[in-house]
Amino acid sequence: MSPIFGKLTWSAIPFQEPIPLVTSIVVILGLAAVAIWITRIRAWQFLWDEYITSTDHKKIGIMYIVLGLVMLVRGFADAIMMRAQQYFAVGPSQGYLNPEHYDQIFSAHGTIMIFFVAMPLVIGFMNFVVPLQLGVRDVAFPTLNNVSFWLAASGALLVNLSLFLGEFARTGWLAFPPLSEKAFSPGVGVDYYLVALQISGVGTVLTGVNFVTTILKIRAPGMSYLRMPVFCWTALAANLLIIAAFPVLTATLAMLMLDRYLGFHFFTNDGGGNSMLYMNLIWVWGHPEVYILVLPAFGIYSEVVATFSGKPLFGYRSMVFATLAICILSFTVWLHHFFTMGAGADVNAFFGIASMLIGIPTGVKIYNWLFTMYGGRVRFNVPMYYTIGFMLTFTLGGLTGVLLAIPPVDFVVHNSLFLVAHFHNVIIPGVVFAIFAGYHYWFPKAFGFTLDERLGKAGFWCWFVGFNLAFMPSYLLGFWGGTRRMQHISDPSWKPWLAVELLGACFIGAAIALTVWQLLYSIRTRDKRLDTTGDPWDGRTLEWLTLSPPPHYNFAVLPDVHGEEAYWHRKQKAIEREELIPEPDYKPIEMPLNTPTGVIVAFFASLCGFAIIWYIWWLAILGLVGAFAIFVWYAWRDEHEHVIPVEEVRDNARERRRIRMGALHTVSQSR
Amino acid sequence: MSTVSEAPAVGLTHGGSEDTGLGNRGPQSKSIVVPYGFWLFVLSDMVLFSALFATYASLVHATDGGPVTSQLFDRTNVAIETLALLVSSFICGLAMIAAKRQNLLWTQIWLALTGFFGFVFLVIELTEFAGMIRIGAGPQRSAFLSSFFTLVGCHGAHVTAGLMWIGTMMAQVWAKGFQPHIMRRLLCLSVFWHALDIIWVAIFTIVYLIGTLP
Repeated sequence: MSPIFGKLTWSAIPFQEPIPLVTSIVVILGLAAVAIWITRIRAWQFLWDEYITSTDHKKIGIMYIVLGLVMLVRGFADAIMMRAQQYFAVGPSQGYLNPEHYDQIFSAHGTIMIFFVAMPLVIGFMNFVVPLQLGVRDVAFPTLNNVSFWLAASGALLVNLSLFLGEFARTGWLAFPPLSEKAFSPGVGVDYYLVALQISGVGTVLTGVNFVTTILKIRAPGMSYLRMPVFCWTALAANLLIIAAFPVLTATLAMLMLDRYLGFHFFTNDGGGNSMLYMNLIWVWGHPEVYILVLPAFGIYSEVVATFSGKPLFGYRSMVFATLAICILSFTVWLHHFFTMGAGADVNAFFGIASMLIGIPTGVKIYNWLFTMYGGRVRFNVPMYYTIGFMLTFTLGGLTGVLLAIPPVDFVVHNSLFLVAHFHNVIIPGVVFAIFAGYHYWFPKAFGFTLDERLGKAGFWCWFVGFNLAFMPSYLLGFWGGTRRMQHISDPSWKPWLAVELLGACFIGAAIALTVWQLLYSIRTRDKRLDTTGDPWDGRTLEWLTLSPPPHYNFAVLPDVHGEEAYWHRKQKAIEREELIPEPDYKPIEMPLNTPTGVIVAFFASLCGFAIIWYIWWLAILGLVGAFAIFVWYAWRDEHEHVIPVEEVRDNARERRRIRMGALHTVSQSR
Repeated sequence: MSTVSEAPAVGLTHGGSEDTGLGNRGPQSKSIVVPYGFWLFVLSDMVLFSALFATYASLVHATDGGPVTSQLFDRTNVAIETLALLVSSFICGLAMIAAKRQNLLWTQIWLALTGFFGFVFLVIELTEFAGMIRIGAGPQRSAFLSSFFTLVGCHGAHVTAGLMWIGTMMAQVWAKGFQPHIMRRLLCLSVFWHALDIIWVAIFTIVYLIGTLP
């Protein structure tokens, strides 16, 4: 091994394999094209000032969502390659992917979809929405927020780098030992996986700390706990889970790294190691992780269903209670991922019953959403399409989950395609549909114009039909004995079902293409759909009180909250009296300064991570020293905040009042 | 930033509430928000240690024919080590009192002594590690020793990070004086340092005390 380049040689570039090579070239050309375009429109300075170094929670939220959507395309590319391989590799044919490559693809697909699609998207929505809904100006630690984002981006970068340099893990999305140990996976693939997750995991823990502090300590006056919107409650529950679960992931992956790099014996076959210990630890994180994703998704549905039904959310308190019940129960079910470990009937029965119990608060939520719609004047906008699509399909996924929670049944379908169908059936309607609902719902708040409804609905139908075609046959195939992660299928009678699944994947591809088209089309025709009032959906929560897009400081004066649905009541009172609340006394506002700390820390973290993957020890040390130096440099600054002068605050606020008065006249005349 | 008035929390037009109750009187001041957030971080760190404790507990008998706990641990050595860490924590408390009185000289002296006893602790720990490795009881020997070195070493790594932090804070106090944000950082540092004691007490009990029971 070279002391300068470690394990890195020219052979790391996949010259022999056309698929990764061509993909790499296309991605590099694409990135170059984007860079040239940004240079030509002279947008680097704008990006640096307004986004890259921004401490504004809204900008950071948008960056998270962009990261998540870009990685969704990458994760989907993996998915359709797998579906195509399964369709072609039946009977005598071996398909077009060799097993080594196929294994990397399913590992990358799972890793990317959970860690670099679902997590950034969910955290992105929490970033954008939570401070606005709480009626405040930013999160508790704005600079830390920026650091968190860039660490997530650093992890995503390393995962994508594995495409050009070396390989990715072939060990599934959770890298189970002993397969992921050095003896069986000597290459850099597992190291890419471990290092990328460690770096982004640190960012996630910091996000958890930041948001729990924000929600518990920074709220508008009068916003007591039981006046918080449900999305804030679900965000609180998710971030509590992050604080309690992600350190376990960090510890577990660190132990696997010690096994691989220094010859420790935590999970090895020899030396007294115990690979089932890894299973327990990783799922102690892994099951709460499911709820870290799905609870905020439930929050999005709650906001959408109340707004578009024109009614307060049915059973607000029971919703809060159900959220926290799921939050706690999620730590008591991890063993259901490996009932086949053989822990005995008593242990399996305990975890089976605990798993079924989660169905109760989840059922409460479903009924609450249904009763919110009942008797309401439901408006069928795109977010509502996704919400109803979710309620129909997610319920089925939940029921197959209850089935899997029965240990004897689980023994039959363990690691089968039935399981694959089940978790896609909860994650796609549960999380992905929520993300698209939230995307359509809050887009006008972020950019000041709505997205095209027609293309949005077409996109929904492609998602809905595509999902059902792509995964429902897997339930059957699983019952017939199909195991997951198969590169080749020997039974030719499955071919029609695999064709249906491939067709479904194509529909999902069309849905993603429609999303891109919709975005471009909506930007071009934005003048037709401008959100001039800041309240395009007749909203109920405080984010609709301010203009779209909101000023950096969100609210000129922090709103006074007098009950649930803070904004709705304020709006109704204004309509009733045909006047706004008296003009308050404006004051200058202090806001945190921009800082390049996050992006520089992430640069050193990426450098250090890359060096560890390739055993380039001098570079790893350099990366660590650099990261520490930037922290000390940051700690030395004396200016923390800049002041927005009272004139600017007042002028913006008066403009908002003028617009709102106009809207008020329109409303009262229409009565 | 003024040294007299408390800085407002993020972008507030008023100073932030000092009320630590349910937080429904508007955003809280930075003097509450910052330590609260740091406490949450410390709790997440304790979760990390709990994973390592669980691992140690399930692998302690997986010695693979190698040395067992009672052959490796020396209670006297660990007692001195523990004493060094606890004394260090006590002195850290004195440093905080001096900082509260804005006494620069004593703050620096106590912080330096805090770091010194932390360093003594580390030297004893590393000597113990070196001795074990020398007799062939390194972390590669068995699952038990892997989990031992990781659990105790992770605590040691935290102490090392704490030493770097103490050094940075001494420089900051010297360069910037007792400004509110420096005081908040000192408070967080002391929380961190005391939390390491709590974890050490658990290590002392679960690893060394139980491990040397006859």
